[in-house]
Amino acid sequence: MTSHAKPSGTAIPSSAAHARNPGMTLDLDRVAGASANSAAIARRAAQIPARRSLKGAHQAAWLARAVTLIDLTTLSGDDTPGRVRRLCAKARQPVRADLLAALDLPAITTGAVCVYHEMIAPAVEALAGTGIPVAAVSTGFPAGLSPFDLRLKEIEASVAAGAAEIDIVISRRHVLTGNWQALYDETRAMRAACGPAHMKAILATGELGTLRNVARASWVAMMAGADFIKTSTGKEGVNATLPVSLVMVRAIRAYRDLTGFKVGYKPAGGISKAKDALSYMALMKDELGDDWLRPDLFRFGASSLLGDIERQLEHHVTGAYSASWRHAMG
Amino acid sequence: MTVREIFETMEYGPAPESAEAALAWLDAHGRRFAPAGAEVFETRNPATGDLLAEVAQGSAADVDAAVAAARAAFPAWAAMPGHRRARILYAMARLLQKHARTLAVLETLDTGKPIRESRDADLPLAARHFYYHAGMAQLMAEELPDRQAIGVCGQIIPWNFPLLMLAWKVAPALAMGNTVVLKPAEWTPLTALYFAQIAAEAGLPEGVLTILTGDGTTGAALAAHPGVDKVAFTGSTEVGRAIRRATAGQGKALTLELGGKSAFILAEDADLDSAIEGLVESIWFNGGQVCCAGSRLIVQEGIAGEVHDRLRARMATLRVGDPLDKSIDLGSLADPAHHARVAAMIAGTAGEVFAPPCVLPEGGAHMAPVLISGLEPADPLMQQEIFGPVLVSTTYRTPAEAVAIANATRYGLAASVWSESLGAALDMAAGLEAGVIWVNGANMFDAAAGFGGLRESGFGREGGWEGLRAYTRPKQEAPALAAGAPVAKPQAARAPDLDRTAKFRIGGKQARPDGGQSRAVWATDGRLLGHAGIGSRKDIRNAVEAARAARPGWEKAGGALRAQVLYFLAENLSARAGEFAAGLVAQTGAPAAEAAAEVEAALERLFTWAAWADKQDGAVKPVPGKVVAAMLHRPAGVIGMALPEAPVLLGLVSVLAPALATGNACVVLAAESAPLIAAEFGQVLDTSDVPGGVVNMISGDPAVLMPEMARHADLEAVWCFCGQDLSGPVEEGAAGNLKRSWCPRGMDWSRANAAEFLAAATETRTLWLPYGA
Repeated sequence: MTSHAKPSGTAIPSSAAHARNPGMTLDLDRVAGASANSAAIARRAAQIPARRSLKGAHQAAWLARAVTLIDLTTLSGDDTPGRVRRLCAKARQPVRADLLAALDLPAITTGAVCVYHEMIAPAVEALAGTGIPVAAVSTGFPAGLSPFDLRLKEIEASVAAGAAEIDIVISRRHVLTGNWQALYDETRAMRAACGPAHMKAILATGELGTLRNVARASWVAMMAGADFIKTSTGKEGVNATLPVSLVMVRAIRAYRDLTGFKVGYKPAGGISKAKDALSYMALMKDELGDDWLRPDLFRFGASSLLGDIERQLEHHVTGAYSASWRHAMG
Repeated sequence: MTVREIFETMEYGPAPESAEAALAWLDAHGRRFAPAGAEVFETRNPATGDLLAEVAQGSAADVDAAVAAARAAFPAWAAMPGHRRARILYAMARLLQKHARTLAVLETLDTGKPIRESRDADLPLAARHFYYHAGMAQLMAEELPDRQAIGVCGQIIPWNFPLLMLAWKVAPALAMGNTVVLKPAEWTPLTALYFAQIAAEAGLPEGVLTILTGDGTTGAALAAHPGVDKVAFTGSTEVGRAIRRATAGQGKALTLELGGKSAFILAEDADLDSAIEGLVESIWFNGGQVCCAGSRLIVQEGIAGEVHDRLRARMATLRVGDPLDKSIDLGSLADPAHHARVAAMIAGTAGEVFAPPCVLPEGGAHMAPVLISGLEPADPLMQQEIFGPVLVSTTYRTPAEAVAIANATRYGLAASVWSESLGAALDMAAGLEAGVIWVNGANMFDAAAGFGGLRESGFGREGGWEGLRAYTRPKQEAPALAAGAPVAKPQAARAPDLDRTAKFRIGGKQARPDGGQSRAVWATDGRLLGHAGIGSRKDIRNAVEAARAARPGWEKAGGALRAQVLYFLAENLSARAGEFAAGLVAQTGAPAAEAAAEVEAALERLFTWAAWADKQDGAVKPVPGKVVAAMLHRPAGVIGMALPEAPVLLGLVSVLAPALATGNACVVLAAESAPLIAAEFGQVLDTSDVPGGVVNMISGDPAVLMPEMARHADLEAVWCFCGQDLSGPVEEGAAGNLKRSWCPRGMDWSRANAAEFLAAATETRTLWLPYGA
């Protein structure tokens, strides 16, 4: 069994360490009482990008921070060790050194690298000594419909292979049929299987039908001990959106107010522009506070976002618009 | 701060919008908008105190000249084919968009509102109103064939949404073929001056729109100017009332969009986080300087503590700062004087005051957001419009109590209801006395949806088809109302066979006049027909009380049942047709055949209004987004009315029946010339299942009693058909509670005039129902 990398390998000043969410007894009243008025949430979400704007040095600093929040991801059937090594190299040096120097920024890395189980080993090897954790998607990703015992075994195997973070998928059918107890029991078992690895619970919000279901599933996942709640596998028709994010971060805030434990948030899929990343970060800052601008509580699940951020950073340094080929491929 | 420092602190930084283009425009005009030698006043940036420009103080002579120019331009503009006007309005809309950034910055410089708001709310909505009304100009000839422009409109707008209010007023006026003299607010004249350029660029003919700057005296001169046919005002209730008084009896059309103290009802089953954001939109949009601001939080008692805690936490993340900064939530109030007024209002309140710690920029009229909780409805701040970033809060126990608290106000502009139970939310919405109601939303507007208030929030609607009524009048000139007087005592009086006393009818019971006085009613042939009471203000008081009590039940009875009652009324009138015809002959001297024909016409008119009782459809407005914007018709309320003198019976039915059909309760003043007809009709009402109190009848001198009715604070409307021109005292009296008054000069009684009466007898309310899964 390989050792577990700590989920903080970046130059971000470490936040006051927060205790891991241990979960709690399933509180069905609270689950049933969770509400989410979609129309009002849509209105609020539409204002988030308009209410906060970052310019100049602030924009550059925030974008650099965004880089450290990225779970650099490849989840393709044609992934190979070579492809994963290339991605890991990018994770280690996501932004050109001359740009960082021009910005007077320290060396930064992405928040993690996220792969399928079979790619854990090459990723762990490629990231050895960097402190960058390897995250593995698990539990019959993306549909989560393989036999339950195999899903647990998959977690155990991935943890054994060196994954420090496990992105599990919840059983959407339990949400869609209102079987909260089953959802809780499954997720709780998965959390136990994760052991020391941090568990990110993917709700697959694009398949839950209503924002109220998103709110309720968020609560059950947190009660079951999720370290992070995450929107999407990236394989659903609709992935991370601001309205869904608003619902989930409000649930995180309410859970913190109830239990004192901080749960992380990971929007995934569809966030490919630097400007979008800033909107999400402003959402986290305004709704949850600065702790959620650190990789131990916030990640972007994204593959192409980094490229746009690199271009924006170069623009900040040179004053001229950049081109994708001026930045190393991941 | 360096990138590295910010990378660690993750603070927001300044994100200022450039003021360059707007300032360049001011500079190009030498920072002065006035003819040489004119008296000027300064307009300043309230966020910094910087002088923006000097602007002409419009004099009485300037008002004369502007009105004369508008009058001269009117015939050609009104006669221009709608399509030509549509092209010009369309060009204005396009130009607003093309100049959007400069206008938004100019608006923010002049008002202190956040650039985000002027950019994302004021400008797009202003353009939308011109697009929408370009369409109305296009459709006017076909869809409003019986309506025409009113003439010269004097429009006076406030400082909270200078360009948007200009759009709301100018677009429909021009679309319908009116010409306009518009006076922007003294503190914020700049975007209107810029718009004058846009209008010229769009090809608007000379004189059709004049922007006349000045202070309150200029506005007062414009409103009172005899050459103005229609006055439209948005602003404070106080000034609105003064305008109502100043224009009383001048025969001007008038619409007023005034203050408010709009309720924000928060139920225990609401999505509280969303409701908190709703409050942010309600009371901290434009720093609460919004007539429809949800400024009164009425929260269910069991969740009040939690709501206040969450609200305080949210307030702490609101950013107050430079209005041109794209990352701030609250800018500056519009003027230091206004800042002082708001601060003085909230000083010494009995409530618990919370304002988050925040560093306010120096030199401006900035104010932190304020929550004052623990207030009761009796506290002054729960009743007075503060017009600043100050939310006041009280609690309720049951939905019915929430509605009662919400309605316990002199205003009636808007309301917001938050509950995840659609049934409960709609039930509360139905009970609210407000012109605009948002369910699980706040401050939603669109050109297609009517906006306007009840009670002391004014009258008239802006937006939608209903808004066009304020800028059109019927094409056909109606015959003048007939005057009438009691038949004089004959030389040779003949006593009746049996003494008859026509009593008043109040609350379904017969009542003697409070003053104990009656007068003889003579037939034209010299017979003494009986006696009619001489009413006094106390009779009006009693009648209004009875009507007020009967009003809710009559509305709830529903159109279908009211239709049945009106048909039954016709049936019972028909049964006594001969008697009424004889009465008409005796009291009016009409030939028998004519009297019989009038009774027939009255029967037919009753059928018309019975028909209408369940056919005044509402509408669902095609507003953008996932929202049902329903326009509902609700009864005006309690209407006081002086009946026409002639034709007596047909006139009575023509005026009373529409009020009844639409669910109003009435206080009816009988015709002086034939009071016994009304008294007899009262008996027919008694036999026709009209609930007691729905129609209350008195008699007496309209010149005495109608001004009394107009002054009565518990009447929602007053109609004067008596043929005497009482518009002066009636409109003057109506200024008290800003009730709607209707004193037409003429009416064609051969027609039902359904559109006119339906509009007068009902209020439109816009109910916004956003939806989503």
